[in-house]
Amino acid sequence: MGEKVLMKGNEAIAEAAIRAGCMHYFGYPITPQTEIAAYMAKRMPKIGGVFLQAESEIAAVNMVLGVAATGKRVMTSSSSPGVSLKSEGISYLAGSDLPALIVNVQRGGPGLGGIQPSQSDYFQAVKGGSHGDFKKIVLAPSSVQEMASLTSTAFDLADKYRMPAMILADGTMGQMMEPVELPEPNAKTFDKPWALTGTKGERKHNIVNSLYLKPEELEKTNFERYERYKEIEENEVLYEEYLMEDAEICVVSFGITARVAKNAIVEARAKGIKVGMIRPITLWPFPNKVLNAAADKCKAFISVEMNMGQMIEDIQLAIECKKPVYLCNRVGGMIPSPEEVLAKIEKVNEGGNK
Amino acid sequence: MSCNILFAGFGGQGILFAGKFVAYKGLLENKQVSWLPSYGPEMRGGTANCSVIVSDEPIGSPIVSNPDVLVAMNLPSLDRYENEVVSGGKIFVDSTLISRKVERTDVDVYYIPATEIANEKGISTLANMIITGKLLKEVPMLGFDGIDAPLSKVVSARHQNLLEVNKTALKLGYDY
Amino acid sequence: MAIVFEKPKSLTDATLHYCPGCTHGIIHRLVAEAIDELGIQGRTIGVAPVGCSVMAYDYFDVDFVQAPHGRAPAVATGVKRADPENNIVFTYQGDGDLAAIGTAETVHAAARRENITVIFVNNAIYGMTGGQMAPTTLPGQVTQTSPYGRDVETVGYPVKVCELLSKVDGAAYLERVAVNSPANIKKAKKAIKKAFQNQIEGKGFSLIEVVSTCPTNWGMTPVKALEWLEENMLPYYPLGVYKDIYAEEEAK
Repeated sequence: MGEKVLMKGNEAIAEAAIRAGCMHYFGYPITPQTEIAAYMAKRMPKIGGVFLQAESEIAAVNMVLGVAATGKRVMTSSSSPGVSLKSEGISYLAGSDLPALIVNVQRGGPGLGGIQPSQSDYFQAVKGGSHGDFKKIVLAPSSVQEMASLTSTAFDLADKYRMPAMILADGTMGQMMEPVELPEPNAKTFDKPWALTGTKGERKHNIVNSLYLKPEELEKTNFERYERYKEIEENEVLYEEYLMEDAEICVVSFGITARVAKNAIVEARAKGIKVGMIRPITLWPFPNKVLNAAADKCKAFISVEMNMGQMIEDIQLAIECKKPVYLCNRVGGMIPSPEEVLAKIEKVNEGGNK
Repeated sequence: MSCNILFAGFGGQGILFAGKFVAYKGLLENKQVSWLPSYGPEMRGGTANCSVIVSDEPIGSPIVSNPDVLVAMNLPSLDRYENEVVSGGKIFVDSTLISRKVERTDVDVYYIPATEIANEKGISTLANMIITGKLLKEVPMLGFDGIDAPLSKVVSARHQNLLEVNKTALKLGYDY
Repeated sequence: MAIVFEKPKSLTDATLHYCPGCTHGIIHRLVAEAIDELGIQGRTIGVAPVGCSVMAYDYFDVDFVQAPHGRAPAVATGVKRADPENNIVFTYQGDGDLAAIGTAETVHAAARRENITVIFVNNAIYGMTGGQMAPTTLPGQVTQTSPYGRDVETVGYPVKVCELLSKVDGAAYLERVAVNSPANIKKAKKAIKKAFQNQIEGKGFSLIEVVSTCPTNWGMTPVKALEWLEENMLPYYPLGVYKDIYAEEEAK
């Protein structure tokens, strides 16, 4: 057991990334994620790593692509508008089968939006968010501890499956401090025969590429990639169940809103309402199975999220619309209060439908 | 048991620092803690604030909207948050900067002229720690014992010479 | 029998897809010769652009990564920074890629004095998409998207990359060459080799602008295209060294 330190979520991500062997960081300033860049700027030069502030989010993600192509662990981070700019590069990473970590510390949108926390990039994160058929592994931390531990997980999964992974956090998770026990340095190494290291005259030249002008070849790469995605959906789903044993109402929430919901659930339980929560930790792959099973026991679902209702669609799909799913949301940088969530739980418990 | 604290004041008063100190103190006493600042340029209502929770149980939401304890270091903060404090809660007021009295009658109020004391003692940047010293004394869940270790955590390595003066400030508040 | 001429080792056996008379083939060869002569084939990593030369990765027998449109200098930055001691990194970009969509990446890689080599092929037109107006299309030049000739009043003036970058402090070596005659090809080879040599010596950002032709999209025979290059492009894009900070230092 390491010593617990008090750290901001953003700093925990940065330190955990370094401990996961990520020695290259490229970014561009944007609130509320700038602490990641600041931390890297301070630490990287001292440990022989690279911190580079790029001229744009676009350049940053392409620098990431360059390092990823050499087989080394690399990351970038941003907040919502900046992630939109990175989306081209993320598609290329996926199309070139390159592992990398992208962190999105979300803020309200659309457009320039605001700088307060939000979860309104859910669709962008889990539904592709750029051109072409592809997925990325999306992890949603709900504590500063998870900001650290899931960063480590993200690098491992990205390497294991040769694809980009994303930490989908929000301004609250990035800015808050909590005790965190930092992960031990992650020595996991993956064989990367595809990496560009220079042929050294010893092998055929490696090509990292996403262009296939023959449609049958491009189709094949897509099919193969989706076979891999199937494996991930089988093996890598992460979620937390909270008081679900006897639950009649199932709250589904991730990140900061899951914590708010927990308070509300405790209150509701005190009032005798049988309510629990399934908290997706991986947003892709989504915990379809556990939700579907819950639909056979629960009478209703409540999706608590800070957007106009995005994850709710995945819940409906997961439970095959067997039970009603209600939305409890705030947007634009507003965070639902435990009282609001409790009121929703009570209403749904009484059979109310909005 | 859980204590939800809201520190509020102007940017530059050391609001976030005081909150961090209290959070670290809780951490070192093996309690659950969280610290959440307001951030960005447009601090709502002209105030900088931070939510600190010290608890024996795992912490759900880190957002303190109805504090058990409010530390108000300027008038806009008191105006904004006075009515949010839970009944039976505590309000700590920097009475140098806030001339009005707290209107609530269902809370305990502590008036400390923290800024004036700080100026008198030549530690004008440490009104935050003076009022925090009083806070530690009056909130049983926090307590004054063991202030050294968390101080050395929150005072950066470069400024360890400021440890003593921070301690002095805490004691001034404690003794007030 | 003694071999007096052979394919550079740094080129693969793949057949080039370029149009008859296209000068990409010459430039590929010059780059490969430079790599061979400097003995860096085993540590060279190329960055392919979007455009006609996108499939450079099939033609050069070195490790290669294909970059999004315009982003090659950013990708090259990543590749270089991943292993600056070993990796010799070059981008191979056309005018649309480098001087339009990738302007920011180009300018900032230069500003950082990123220790990479940029081969910039300027043929005044978008080739792969079928002959649209490029940032380097000449005033009055007819293209698919400037059917009445480039009207500088409405679409502005061509971008002169070497002149532009010569004002960027970080740029170390900038030279404009052409591949329209044996004499110019020899000069081009020398410049390209120097741009790689600079990188080996850690001298920083070197860019060689190669004025070249696109007979297909210019609608000319290859020979006519070379004449057109000489008569129209060279007056607008004068050849020569635009910056060489080390030569300047030596001169002092």
